[in-house]
Amino acid sequence: MNQAVSNMHMIRRRSLAGVWLRFLGSMNLAITLLVAVAVASVIGMVIPQNQPFPDYVLQFGPFWFQVFHALGLYNVYSSAWFVAILAFLVISTSVCVVRNVPGMLREMIRFRTNVQAKSLRQMRDLAERDTAVEMQIVLARAERLLRNRGWRLRVLRQGGTVMLAAVKGASNRLGYLLTHIGLVVILLSGVIDGNLPVQIAMAMQGLHVDTQMDVPASQVPADSRLGPGTVAFRGDVTVPVGDSTDVVFLKFGKGYLVQDLPFTLTLKDFTVERYRSGPPKDFVSRVLVHDAATGQTVHATISDNHPLMFHGYDIYQTSFGDGGSRLQFKVWRFTNGGERTMQGDVFQNYPLKGGAQPLMLDLVNFRRFNIIGTQADDRGPSFTYKIRRPDGVAMEYLNYMRPQKIDGRLYYLSGVRSSPAQDYRFLRIPVGPEGGVRHFMQLAAALHNPEARHKAADATAVQAAQAMGKESPAVEQRTTAAVNRLLNLFAAGGLNAIYADIRTRVPKAKQAGVAAASMQIVDQSLLNLYRQVLWKDGGKGMTPKDVAWLQAAIPALGVLPQYSAPFYLQLTGFHQVLASGLQVTHYPATTAAFLGAAMLMLGIVLMFFVPYRRLWLRLEPRADGGTYLLMAGTSNRHAMDFSRQFRQLHEKLFARLD
Amino acid sequence: MPISRDILEDLDEPSLLRRLTGRDWLWALLVLIGTAIAFDRFHADFGTIQDVLLASTAAGMIALGWFWRQFEGFSLAVTVLSLSAIALYGNSLAAAHRDPLLLFLLSSPVAITWSCALFLLANAIYLLGLAVRSDSASQGLLSWGSRLTWAAVTMGFVALMVRWRESYLLGPAEAQIPISDLFDVFVLFNVVTGLLYLYFETRYRQKSLGGLALLIVSAASLFTFYLMFQFHGAHIGPVNPELRSYWIKIHVPALFIGYGAFAIGAMVGGAWLLRARAERLYPDGRVTRRLPDLQTLDDVMYRYNALGFVFLTLGTILGALWAEQAWGAYWSWDPKETEALVVWLNYAAWLHMRYTNGWRGKTMAIWTIVGLLLTTAGFIGVDVFLPGLHSFGRL
Repeated sequence: MNQAVSNMHMIRRRSLAGVWLRFLGSMNLAITLLVAVAVASVIGMVIPQNQPFPDYVLQFGPFWFQVFHALGLYNVYSSAWFVAILAFLVISTSVCVVRNVPGMLREMIRFRTNVQAKSLRQMRDLAERDTAVEMQIVLARAERLLRNRGWRLRVLRQGGTVMLAAVKGASNRLGYLLTHIGLVVILLSGVIDGNLPVQIAMAMQGLHVDTQMDVPASQVPADSRLGPGTVAFRGDVTVPVGDSTDVVFLKFGKGYLVQDLPFTLTLKDFTVERYRSGPPKDFVSRVLVHDAATGQTVHATISDNHPLMFHGYDIYQTSFGDGGSRLQFKVWRFTNGGERTMQGDVFQNYPLKGGAQPLMLDLVNFRRFNIIGTQADDRGPSFTYKIRRPDGVAMEYLNYMRPQKIDGRLYYLSGVRSSPAQDYRFLRIPVGPEGGVRHFMQLAAALHNPEARHKAADATAVQAAQAMGKESPAVEQRTTAAVNRLLNLFAAGGLNAIYADIRTRVPKAKQAGVAAASMQIVDQSLLNLYRQVLWKDGGKGMTPKDVAWLQAAIPALGVLPQYSAPFYLQLTGFHQVLASGLQVTHYPATTAAFLGAAMLMLGIVLMFFVPYRRLWLRLEPRADGGTYLLMAGTSNRHAMDFSRQFRQLHEKLFARLD
Repeated sequence: MPISRDILEDLDEPSLLRRLTGRDWLWALLVLIGTAIAFDRFHADFGTIQDVLLASTAAGMIALGWFWRQFEGFSLAVTVLSLSAIALYGNSLAAAHRDPLLLFLLSSPVAITWSCALFLLANAIYLLGLAVRSDSASQGLLSWGSRLTWAAVTMGFVALMVRWRESYLLGPAEAQIPISDLFDVFVLFNVVTGLLYLYFETRYRQKSLGGLALLIVSAASLFTFYLMFQFHGAHIGPVNPELRSYWIKIHVPALFIGYGAFAIGAMVGGAWLLRARAERLYPDGRVTRRLPDLQTLDDVMYRYNALGFVFLTLGTILGALWAEQAWGAYWSWDPKETEALVVWLNYAAWLHMRYTNGWRGKTMAIWTIVGLLLTTAGFIGVDVFLPGLHSFGRL
């Protein structure tokens, strides 16, 4: 009794396992999984992956940001559900392979000589006939015919009848196995080389991603550091020329992890090779890699398409940037024309004294070349910096070292913007009649000096009065006041302030006329102001060159209030230090993945181009010494081709049997 | 009983060597001479990879010529025209403005224009050949469609060859095989797809499918014109250093053979739907008379999709090898890689359904067309709109 019950359990359990196995190996599950991977991939394709989280908040809004975050859509390919689908695909394909191996091997090796005449007659390609030729000859003829065309055969004699079974393209079945095993190998390699090892290492060592930005590796907390034993990873590091690193940074989730390397990499030199016409040809890092454990040291160059392979770690050239160049520059103050020289390193910050409030200067970047299109368009060196107010608000500036030619005149360009999302708006300071920016600074200082401004405005008023002829003192007074007011507006708010003022005080129809007149007054006042500047600068008089320069300087003075900084930084010298962006990968399953890919490729070719074909010839001796023939065949692919081939074969075979 | 030898005599299939004719040997000789000249002139600049590529190209061309006769004449035409253009150029691009042959026929933008125009014309004539009332007129038109298609494919290949040379004349920064930006690959798509279709004509002795099969090439030709006139597509710019690799020479063509095959597969799917409808409505109509029968169409559709699948797999694996070498990882989930994967999964599912579940006919035809639409949208969309490692086609 007990025995029987346990037997029943066994049966039920086995059948339950059988149901599971059938489900896991079923084609419908496989197709569903293929489609699921495809859909997930499309999501990952459309939503940019692994971006900084604030970007997503900006893009989707706070609500959807949370929803998508919960679904893991910012890192689809390492999210739990995606890995789970892949795991199911591996299992499903494996089950399918395991279940099919015996059958496939049988089909490759065995000849099905035991097929009944009845089943032969049900095949699509079929030929039956009688011949007076005796059986042995027919058989010899058939064997010769088929062997010559690459068929493998087996002949079985049963009683009087002879059954000839032939197989061609057995490698098609091998193709099936190779394809599916190759796929499993690729997927497993992908799992090993994917994010999973890092996630496991994090879980086992209790690590958290670090979300601080711009912190040197040495200051990253210990619970964000991975030991050198991580199975697989891909990390980036930027190394300034002359510096060394023994870590890389892995971008992960909200922040990054620091991965220790089992070697030290020193960047000896970095060069950007360019074509004569300007565009970059190659990025070349000369490195020295030292393995402390073995004492081995390797000198190597790394460039695009030419990585360095070192002890299972691949080191690639990915980017380049500034590595902390030393810059010399002049700080010009608009309000008093004062200048002083400063020196600083990119990525460092310095207090900027002398303004109304304490300001911080962050040196952000330096570029030796600014090539737009061809070498002829090289704008020369430039540097980027931020000026940060005590309340934390910062404006970003981009200044070119060399003056740039615009409409035939040279200008020093200084771009300003409040966020990286904006384009720079450029302040154009025309190169002074004696070169440089000194005259512009003196003029700006005079404009910001109430006394000088007042004097210039008064002079303008007098000139206006002379031009108009004798006027009453009241009118003269009114004119003087108006000119002063206009120039004060210009000094404090630039052209925008004047236009805003006109818009509020003048009826619409008259605005254009008043604006033109106002500009004329401003121009004249600035001319007077500049005359003062020249006089103070050693008693110089005004030349036509000066007048032309002033015309170019006025628009710059008119936008100065929007420049948002009391300083202009003029780059005067630099010592460039470049940094090379390198990527270090450690993917131990790469070889396995490519082995899998080779299997997949070979398998697909065999499956599609070598059809698996079977042919049977059943020969029955007739009483009169002749033979009765039954010929049938099947093919798993290219049925139409096979029908044609089958026809040719039996025509050929029967050709001399009449 | 001894079997007389006589009765076994006529059975043997002649071996490959026996089946080759004088013409086949002449073809092989020509290819070998060409290869020898190329090797002699350039082997100083060649590495092992280039030697292997040259040898495989020669072997491939000989085999393709033996396998497909029409390929021989076509290759010779491309060779003669390309070499003429190169000779006319000499060492200066300025020749394109002076020499009338370059100016009106062979310089690459002109040759591309010719190729696209010929494709459009061929397509129209094929369609006319399918639709015209008289059967003999239909025959004539279809033959003309075929000739024009050969001319279009020839001009397209010549354009690519000449463009290659032009890039070298421009300077070392531009020197590159012309399959590295969106415009180039559209030309490549046109000629590869055209050639794949023409093979069908030879193999099945059928020209009536041209009007439908070439629709996709016509669309691509119009897009080529759009790129050319709206975005100066024919301009040859400096090459991204990342693309300076021999891998591009096999990765891109393999994928485009795949895309071309899928494109024709889908067009044949369209023909299947058209014929199925025509059979219902006009059983003795022109379409029913002229298009291949449904079973053949189904078979042809399957063959092109299978061929496309093989080459998509090959191209993707080659891309993975290149990526492993250049970017350090064989798979980065870059939008383009992902797009290739999605396309691969789609056709894998299609092939499984056909083979395992035995699906045929209407569903499969519709699926193929929808699949191609998704492939195309993905291809252009990813190239133009999504940032990534493969964004070489920004407009």
